[in-house]
Amino acid sequence: MRLKRREFLIAGGLAAGGVLLSPRVAFARTSSGAKSRFVFIILRGALDGLASAPPYGDPAYAAKRGSLALGRPGSDGGVLALDSLFGLHPSLSFMHQAYTARELILFHAVASPYRQRSHFDGQNVLETGYPLPHAVQTGWLNRALAAIPSRLAPEQERGVSIAPTAPLVMQGPASVTSWSTSHLAPLDEDTLQRIADLYAHDPLLSKKLAEAMAAQAIVEGMPSQARTAGSEDPMMSDPAMMNAPRDPGGARHPPLLAKRGKPGDQYAAVVRAAARFLRREDGPQVAVFDTTGWDTHFNEGGAKGQLAGRLVTLDRALGLLKAELGPVWRETAVLLATEFGRTVAENGTQGTDHGTATAAYLLGGAVRGGRVVADWPGLSDRALYQDRDLRPTLDLRSIIKGVLGEHLRVPARALESTVFPGSAAARPLTGLMAA
Amino acid sequence: MEVMRPSLTSAIAANRFGLGARPGDLAAIGDSGPDWLHSQLTGGAPALAGLQSTAQILQQVYSVRRQIHAARLAAQSHPASGAADPAQLRHLARSLPRLLRPIYRAEAGARFHAAVVSERPFIERLVWFWSNHFAVSIDKGILAGIAGSFEREAIRPHVLGNFNDMLLATERHPAMLIYLDNQMSMGPHSRAARNIERRHPGRRVGINENLGRETLELHTVSVEGGYTQADVTSFSEGLTGWSIAGPQAWRFGGEPGTFQFRAAMHEPGAKVVMGRRYPEAGYEQGVSVLRDLARHPSTAHFLATKLARHFIADDPPAAAVQRMARAFSDSGGDLPSVYRALIDSPEAWTQPLAKYKSPSDYIVSTFRGLGLTVNARKAPVGLFYLLGQPIWRPGSPAGWPDKTADWNGASELLKRIEWADALGQRVGPRRDARELAPQLLAGILGDETRESIARAESGAQAVTLLLASPEFMRR
Repeated sequence: MRLKRREFLIAGGLAAGGVLLSPRVAFARTSSGAKSRFVFIILRGALDGLASAPPYGDPAYAAKRGSLALGRPGSDGGVLALDSLFGLHPSLSFMHQAYTARELILFHAVASPYRQRSHFDGQNVLETGYPLPHAVQTGWLNRALAAIPSRLAPEQERGVSIAPTAPLVMQGPASVTSWSTSHLAPLDEDTLQRIADLYAHDPLLSKKLAEAMAAQAIVEGMPSQARTAGSEDPMMSDPAMMNAPRDPGGARHPPLLAKRGKPGDQYAAVVRAAARFLRREDGPQVAVFDTTGWDTHFNEGGAKGQLAGRLVTLDRALGLLKAELGPVWRETAVLLATEFGRTVAENGTQGTDHGTATAAYLLGGAVRGGRVVADWPGLSDRALYQDRDLRPTLDLRSIIKGVLGEHLRVPARALESTVFPGSAAARPLTGLMAA
Repeated sequence: MEVMRPSLTSAIAANRFGLGARPGDLAAIGDSGPDWLHSQLTGGAPALAGLQSTAQILQQVYSVRRQIHAARLAAQSHPASGAADPAQLRHLARSLPRLLRPIYRAEAGARFHAAVVSERPFIERLVWFWSNHFAVSIDKGILAGIAGSFEREAIRPHVLGNFNDMLLATERHPAMLIYLDNQMSMGPHSRAARNIERRHPGRRVGINENLGRETLELHTVSVEGGYTQADVTSFSEGLTGWSIAGPQAWRFGGEPGTFQFRAAMHEPGAKVVMGRRYPEAGYEQGVSVLRDLARHPSTAHFLATKLARHFIADDPPAAAVQRMARAFSDSGGDLPSVYRALIDSPEAWTQPLAKYKSPSDYIVSTFRGLGLTVNARKAPVGLFYLLGQPIWRPGSPAGWPDKTADWNGASELLKRIEWADALGQRVGPRRDARELAPQLLAGILGDETRESIARAESGAQAVTLLLASPEFMRR
């Protein structure tokens, strides 16, 4: 009942807004004829690619990594081998299965064009897709969506950020929405309509409200678990801490708080929400979300420890994404990328400092996987970049352009002109997607 | 009867420079917003009472860690004794969060209370601004226990002082040393490193460059300041030995949980940072680098830009930035001089709704606007989390961003409105939004919002509409 009224409201009241329920969808399609889906997961903080994808077969690996080196494949806590040179961190068991099932490509010695070591500038380049930081205020993924030829109405949302506010990579001219879990009670329709009217002369707020209602319409039908599993943070999820302000003499109200999720499933609610959007034939075809905590300056750990724990969480989230997408997984490609890598050697506090090249991962049922794509520079003293970092030999933009072109059918011209300007030298990789 | 209409500058002063008008504020400010702001600059920033020092908190942390360690040892050496009871060990493992959580809540409560009741809200906003400039984040280690004391000890006392003092106080505070991993950073040629190498051949010892890099990039000259990797390394070596006194410090005449310079960990020798040579001087070497960074022209420009972005517009007008940077340099980093240049910038008074409120702004201004009572021991920390800006938890040393696009997410907007709606239902019957709106937004309030409030179907809905209005979403 509520859903119906909301759709009415969306269609009737919010002229600037996105009407999601258009039957005439025209998205890029995979070879099977189904709509392609793309998920971009940002690993913020500079993932140590030499830990998440150890080049255990490199002759210098064990010596250079010192106490961070992982054991040989087959040993207790050892590397999960991909081939004779590369492996995966033992925490990444789902990703290893995906590799075996030919659904994962590991890219190594990857870097964006950014060569300094600031997280914030590095992430800016990672997200804007421009060679220099702070060149523009839009993201490559949004500009790619804007460039896909389609018969969609311009206000139809093509992408969704599972976050309160779209990350920079998703900001730009194409219509996108964002969604995140809420513990608050929904508004009644009359109040909502009045606020929509109040925003009629405010282009920014009316657009955002319309996007929010459109996203809400998709999520309304979600299983209760996904809707309510919000914060698992022990510092934040205490119901007593959620108390809304009490007015002197105020009446008692039901608590505004919903249930807690299981610890360790940090991204479960996010992944379920992303899947919920992507499963729909008439929903967005691209989803983005963030993960954090990869800035391992201190006590990074090896097979166990801080980074290992984060990798387990990530790996579980990816496994859950596959399960939640169901049959749509076949049409899906998931790209995981970070702003830069970390020093080859351990620093003075059992961690690693900011570096240069790192690993990236592409997985999904639409990926021609089971391969490592790397022009391996080696870890010998001579091979290192500025005597400390893994030398970049593969431009991250080549990977992204390959995926956008083959999977989302972004025209080659647009990839060079608007999506990644100044990237001609980074030619798109070909053959990344399953035929 | 003649009704005195508060001028536009009072609304801008209260909402943009302050933390949101309370009923009666605009009339009290009268027709001179700038004067009201200038008057707040005299005297120090008010202290928050009844809270523990960082050292007191860290001493409890040390004590809990000792208990955990002892219990684990006992469990290992006598597995048959009751010491290895899994439930007991689990209980023990939670003892650190049990210690830190009430401290966090008390600190956040005191800070929030101060903001909501402040008569000098410009100063409280500046505390929040600088605390965010020197951001630490409670998602790391024991920061939940000391993020609040960090702000009280290293930020608040210097908000109306000199930037150089604030810089030194923050970089040597235990919270920053822990957050940016400096407390174990060791010079590769230091005495401590040589000892370790002798005793554990092959073990790697060396610097951790996190604090050095972020001090340059985020706290002083900024990423455009022109430093190189060599400067980062050299500065980080200069900061080796900047650490925290451990639980045994009493024996050496120190107080556990306070700053300690560990000469044995300090990298000996001269350092060159951004073209200047700093001879070996132990602790004073790092202090000298910080002093030069504090008065570097790039620092003046960077800080002026951030302040102008916070108080004037997302893309701050160059003239105002220049004026503030000059005030910074001419006064040798005297912050009130910079604030005076800001207040006297005409650009700050022209566009009343140039800034989209951050979630913190939105929450605090709502509490002030509705006159809601606050329990000083218990901040609504979950609410900050829900609306997207958990207290002292920006998640990165860059702190929270400060532009419209960073906060205007669709989902975030809907949550604000939903919260406004819940509040409207709660307080609506006892508030008349028709009277309240001009008291909070005089000179800014548009006809659409005024009419929408007047036509609301209930008092509750009228409050919701006021809080959700485009005027109240901005400052």
